[in-house]
Amino acid sequence: MKYVEEFRQKDIARKLADDIARAAQTGRDYNIMEFCGGHTHAIFRYGVQDLMPENVHFVHGPGCPVCVLPIPRIDAAIELAERHDVILCTYGDMMRVPASRKNSLIKAKAAGADIRMVYSTQDALQIARDNTDRDVVFFAIGFETTTPPTAVAIKQAAAEGLANFTVFCNHVLTPAAIQHILQSPELRELGQVSIDGFLGPSHVSSVIGSAPYDFFAEEFQKPVVIAGFEPLDVMQSALMLIRQVNDGRFEVENEYTRVVTPEGNEVAKTLMAEVFALRRSFEWRGLGEVPYSALRIADAYADWDAEKRFELTKSTGTDVKGCECPAILRGVKKPTDCKLFGTVCTPDNPQGSCMVSSEGSCAAYWSFGRFRMDRVKEAAE
Amino acid sequence: MCLAIPAEVVAITDDRQTATVSLEGVRKDISLALLTDVDLGDFVLIHVGYALNKISPEEAARTLALMAELEDVQI
Amino acid sequence: MNAMEKRFPTRINFRRGQVDMTHGSGGRAMAQLIEELFIKHFDNELLRQGNDQALFTPPAGRLVMSTDGHVVSPLFFPGGDIGSLSVHGTINDVAVSGARPLYLSAGFILEEGFPLVDLERIVASMANAARAAGVPVVTGDTKVVERGKGDGVFITTTGVGVVPDGLDISGAHARPGDAILVSGSIGDHGVAIMSSRENLAFETAIVSDSAALHGLVADMVKAVPEIHCLRDPTRGGLAATLNEIAYQSRVGMRLEEDDIPLRPEVDAACELLGLDPLYVANEGKLVAICPADKADALLKVMQAHDLGHKAAIIGEVIEDDMGFVTMQTGFGGTRIVDWLAGEQLPRIC
Repeated sequence: MKYVEEFRQKDIARKLADDIARAAQTGRDYNIMEFCGGHTHAIFRYGVQDLMPENVHFVHGPGCPVCVLPIPRIDAAIELAERHDVILCTYGDMMRVPASRKNSLIKAKAAGADIRMVYSTQDALQIARDNTDRDVVFFAIGFETTTPPTAVAIKQAAAEGLANFTVFCNHVLTPAAIQHILQSPELRELGQVSIDGFLGPSHVSSVIGSAPYDFFAEEFQKPVVIAGFEPLDVMQSALMLIRQVNDGRFEVENEYTRVVTPEGNEVAKTLMAEVFALRRSFEWRGLGEVPYSALRIADAYADWDAEKRFELTKSTGTDVKGCECPAILRGVKKPTDCKLFGTVCTPDNPQGSCMVSSEGSCAAYWSFGRFRMDRVKEAAE
Repeated sequence: MCLAIPAEVVAITDDRQTATVSLEGVRKDISLALLTDVDLGDFVLIHVGYALNKISPEEAARTLALMAELEDVQI
Repeated sequence: MNAMEKRFPTRINFRRGQVDMTHGSGGRAMAQLIEELFIKHFDNELLRQGNDQALFTPPAGRLVMSTDGHVVSPLFFPGGDIGSLSVHGTINDVAVSGARPLYLSAGFILEEGFPLVDLERIVASMANAARAAGVPVVTGDTKVVERGKGDGVFITTTGVGVVPDGLDISGAHARPGDAILVSGSIGDHGVAIMSSRENLAFETAIVSDSAALHGLVADMVKAVPEIHCLRDPTRGGLAATLNEIAYQSRVGMRLEEDDIPLRPEVDAACELLGLDPLYVANEGKLVAICPADKADALLKVMQAHDLGHKAAIIGEVIEDDMGFVTMQTGFGGTRIVDWLAGEQLPRIC
């Protein structure tokens, strides 16, 4: 696969591993937060950690839109399908995320709710066209990569006068999340999280461009390297970050130049600005209320807004007791620090979103097995 | 949020709304609503059924060369 | 034609007819369906005896029996259908014990309203598969459930076979040092199915690998009777099968990602959908575990067979009583290949 396999080459990996080993100064640690869940997944799937020196650590951040969606929002989606008799269209990722009362979309579907998995907002639109006698709601989640496709669907629905189609909007914004982490008390006061730099998300950046990150680098004096999605990209970006840290620089560098430009995708940005408006505040699982971090549908498109069409009860769902997803999402704790991890909470019986989402820290830790290897190592010591 | 994959554009509809991309012979129709300036043979990043961006062959070569620290890299 | 032979006044209209409740009620309609559909297509001595059971004298040796329910959706997919799948699947379950499959039985649960044209297509496909494999369907059963209570058709097949002397194949017999082999590329079937499902429509050249493996197995056990384990990696893919064996045998496994055969189109389709080919179902492949010094001989025999020409040695069994299956990635790192949790769903993240 072109532009994919070249960036997975073993011999270049080994060479980069050497470069990183030489660049990483002994006597100090380097904590690199990969904001994007896709990077978490890539690191574990290819075993990138094995090629890094001991003192370079990846801290997994909250860049997993499935993980950060708070329980009340999932409850609302389930309620739409169960009580309002809509056809609820959703991406596969959301199906097994635990909501209140141990319910989930997949369980609601098994109990008879009309919940359909789609690959694209275009599929949801088609379902609406094919079922004009029913309400069809698209459960929209995701960061700025996934937001433009929702905007396209809403505009198309408006243009076609597709009255039975609405969107339940839960799109969130990356820069706000990064800022929130950098401002968190743990980071500022208690010094519990010392993040030396960020691996910026690949495809969010392809939409918003590299420019929005300049603010962080300057304000918080932390380097950012926008990293591609393949394992060589991750390694090259880590190297660039380490060099910045050593030099005391805090710039925004772009490793993923084959896709990301400073302006990003203007068509997508214009569409988003037209169809969406900023919410003053939005609750993120694990981060609490974050100002100006999420989008709602603009008033001009209110007819396609599920929250305006349907009366939804405000649930007060909270995380399961003992679930450390909030701390894990902020990078303050590791999955192994959670008492539920591997005991009560497993991929077969997930208690929190970090275990369900294929990019969640806990799921990645589990399925690629780090924790068991560590435990085995501990036992052997 | 990043599951996007590069694929080659092998067909474009007359109204330029949809393209067929090919990934190792696996063909899929995707929307061009977010990427208007596309030609046959371009490689585009696709995500949830949409083309998001074009891949720059020159930058790809340059990045690979940087990683491998070679003068000239064939992709 | 005398009165005894002309049992049914008119023939079943397969082109336009549908399954209805009378087809399962034990009366004339059911008898006619059995005669004009099942017996007509499966057509063998034992079946033509017309009894509720098939009577035969088994050859000498240890007997093996296996059963499988088939609920695949869609019913028809590139490279097969629920019918051929049910025949191949059970033949394979019997064959991976080392046994020579002898006979199959087939139980059908039909949904009221199911088009007879589709049913005939399925039964004809089963009959072809059984004939090609040399394993006849010798007895069966039909029931009908009300509309809405079944997915068109469910098929359960049971197979019996006999194991030649000198073989001792079991999932509990893998030993440290053994070689792990796979008979060909992984993930073909699951991806072929996904490409037929409604919401994930794309044209591919990917076709299900559904096939009867008993011929391949016969060659393998003849050349290497010391084979320790054989299994076909169906649901849950290669990962599930290897984890099962590792658990049963109380061993670990170490795989080489680069050595696992994977067709580029299947790889690409999995990338598109966010699936891991290790967890995708196969219906015409098998995993073999044998002593290290027999691995090359076994590989050669597999590669010489039509269904094994892409066979490869993909790893080795190691000491590990925690039963981890690990893999050296093509990238140079290590990852664990765990059991699948729940169903693998296509993802966007």
